[in-house]
Amino acid sequence: MSPVVMAVCAALLTAAAVVTLYRVEKGPSMLDRVVALDVLVSTLIGCLALVSLWFGREDLVLVLMVLALVGFVGAVTLARFAASEPEEERRILTEAEAAAAEAAELEDEESMGEDSR
Amino acid sequence: MNAMMIAASVCLIAGCLLTLVAAIGVARFPDMLARMHAATKPQVLGLMLLMAGLAFGLGSSQLTWKLVLVVVFQLLTAPVAAHMVGRAGYRTGKVRSDLLVRDELTEDLERARLRKES
Repeated sequence: MSPVVMAVCAALLTAAAVVTLYRVEKGPSMLDRVVALDVLVSTLIGCLALVSLWFGREDLVLVLMVLALVGFVGAVTLARFAASEPEEERRILTEAEAAAAEAAELEDEESMGEDSR
Repeated sequence: MNAMMIAASVCLIAGCLLTLVAAIGVARFPDMLARMHAATKPQVLGLMLLMAGLAFGLGSSQLTWKLVLVVVFQLLTAPVAAHMVGRAGYRTGKVRSDLLVRDELTEDLERARLRKES
């Protein structure tokens, strides 16, 4: 296999993976991330195919089979537990907001402890 | 470079291009259904092309059957995942019906609700 073809394919797949990762990060909902992760698995299958061809690793074909079989499990599991989430909960919290939420939770637990006593 | 290698190169590059196109679609389309539509490209046609390229490149009949199995497994599992994601998306309100040309499920549900009330 000519190195030029390999380089072109690798560049295309890398670009695809980066663009998909952007969507995984951005969301906005869990299901969008699930769809993007499915595309990422397809990209991974493509990368494995390239590696198997370039290094002559014929054993990697079995890994491809496994990935094609179980790649959908994550999507099905996450879709099963998807709930409607309000706009505010969808984004990733900033550090300050996360700290505030944690403090509120701690306070909650403490007041619950006092109640039980 | 013989004919097998040329066929393998063409298939591999086409498969990788499809993957990139799908990734751009997933990143740029406005709602979940459109993104799902883009995401099916590398999962089926892209995978078929890549596996065909790999089969041409490796050139062994034993491995070709394994690669056919990979495509068959993906054809069996991709619709299951798409169905689950689509259903969950509709039920949790991620489908924007203002972007749809035709939304028969919502119409039917509305009609069923009206019939129940009357």
